[in-house]
Amino acid sequence: MIEVADLTKRYGRTTAVEGLTFQVRPGRVTGFLGPNGAGKSTTMRMMLGLDRPTAGEVRIGGVPYQRLHDPLRTVGALLDAKAVHPGRTALNHLRSLARGNRIPPQRVREVIELTGLRSAARRRAGTFSLGMSQRLGIAAALLGDPAVLVLDEPVNGLDPEGVLWIRHLMRDQAAQGRTVFVSSHLMSEAALTVDHLIVIGRGRLLADTSMTAFIDRHTDSGVRVRTPEPRRLRDVLAGAGITVTDHADGGLDVAAGAERIGELVAAHGVPVHEVTRNTASLEEAFMRLTADALEYRAEPPGGVRR
Amino acid sequence: MTSNSPRAVLAAEWIKVWTVRTTGLTLLLTFALSTGLGTLVALSWRGDIERVVNFDPLFAGLYGVTLGQLALVVFGVLLVGSEYSSGSIRASLCAVPQRGLLYGGKVLAGTLVALAGSTVTVIVTFAGAQAALGPYGTTLTADGIPAALAGAIAYLTLICAFSMGIATIVRSPSISLGVLLPLLFLSSQGLGNVPALKPVLRYLPDQAGLELMGLAGPSADGRFGPGYGTGTALVILLAWTAAALAGGYLLLRRRDA
Repeated sequence: MIEVADLTKRYGRTTAVEGLTFQVRPGRVTGFLGPNGAGKSTTMRMMLGLDRPTAGEVRIGGVPYQRLHDPLRTVGALLDAKAVHPGRTALNHLRSLARGNRIPPQRVREVIELTGLRSAARRRAGTFSLGMSQRLGIAAALLGDPAVLVLDEPVNGLDPEGVLWIRHLMRDQAAQGRTVFVSSHLMSEAALTVDHLIVIGRGRLLADTSMTAFIDRHTDSGVRVRTPEPRRLRDVLAGAGITVTDHADGGLDVAAGAERIGELVAAHGVPVHEVTRNTASLEEAFMRLTADALEYRAEPPGGVRR
Repeated sequence: MTSNSPRAVLAAEWIKVWTVRTTGLTLLLTFALSTGLGTLVALSWRGDIERVVNFDPLFAGLYGVTLGQLALVVFGVLLVGSEYSSGSIRASLCAVPQRGLLYGGKVLAGTLVALAGSTVTVIVTFAGAQAALGPYGTTLTADGIPAALAGAIAYLTLICAFSMGIATIVRSPSISLGVLLPLLFLSSQGLGNVPALKPVLRYLPDQAGLELMGLAGPSADGRFGPGYGTGTALVILLAWTAAALAGGYLLLRRRDA
């Protein structure tokens, strides 16, 4: 369990993270989404005690990271996969981490096997591809068999097989009752692995919801209708008990199937220029959500976001 | 208890020291530069002994060390600085979030290696130079020699620790070397010839080092050393080292990684 409470980080006059409060629960994969620069990595660094919050705090299993005893046994983290001494072999990198946290040496072998690094274990990390570095980063994260995993964009640079492997790994870890917190800037990627969703934009919390609720809420299955006589169309549809809302582009969003609408407008002789099924993807929903945040930030006080 | 075991942290840092090639390379270079130069100076002096001004067998023995320190400084700087240049400092801090503990472990591991390397280097450099001087050489047990050699070992070890402190402060190997090399070489060998600067320069670490190694010179004109005695020299060096290490610690504690 990770508890983020009123977390704020300012760099001079720039605010990277502002008043973030959320919890990451065990037994499920929690996705941490936001566009680049939203404050995801800053938040993760504060979780791990690397950056000092301007205000607020993060507790992992009830204590701040700095107070964890042999922290790699509790929290496994992957931040920047390339951040390994380029002259040290993968094996020695893992050995030194294990030694400092009193993790038995045979566990180093285990995570090397687990991450498929056996043939590269004695190569210097500087010669690794991004994909192999990611695997080494995952190996380091799993080293202490931790109950909490914090992964910053773990599928970056992985080949399709590696991406599948990471997805299975995260699901598997969550199924074992562990806490898995994974950041991504791609909603489509998150949709495949994530149970719960934390979305931030400009350092603020935008959504804290289950993935299914997010999908239900943000991908409407209605129909967009365009007509030169919107008032008449409204009356016709309202008469049939159908909800109609104005859309920003001048069309009407109608909560009914295209067949039903077609029959109704034909029966009443309402001219219609366009009938389109709404297929807003998750990615669009995500972009809308975060774009709202940007507008909100740019506007003078008096905005109307909840 | 809410921290890593200090012994485990030291052991982890010890593994880190010995699992990069630069450690072996810089230590070997320290040894080769010191012994090679010491022997070379001794040989050239022996061949022309009549014309050597202020002949001092100790100077021949330890002169090489003043150049060998260059490689040892690089060792200290890379040990700390590579954590920042590679970004691995974040992995290290995730593993050992008590920053003082991580820092202490790293500095101690590096200093122990520097102490061992310095001891071997100083003794072999001295012995090599005396062997090259032949009949003009002195011995390990001669008056003042053990103290001078101990002083040289202490100087090299402290300079390495000093370098680690500087590297922690500036967080970049190249900037560290840009600060340290002029500080340790330019002051005595370049700016040292500007009389007006002497009152200040004499307290720089390399000057204290010359004094500590007994290389201040019998001429006592201050050319090779400041002449304030070995006790003062040791205190000055310890102060420099403590200041650099404390500065590194305070910044490491305060800064975001």
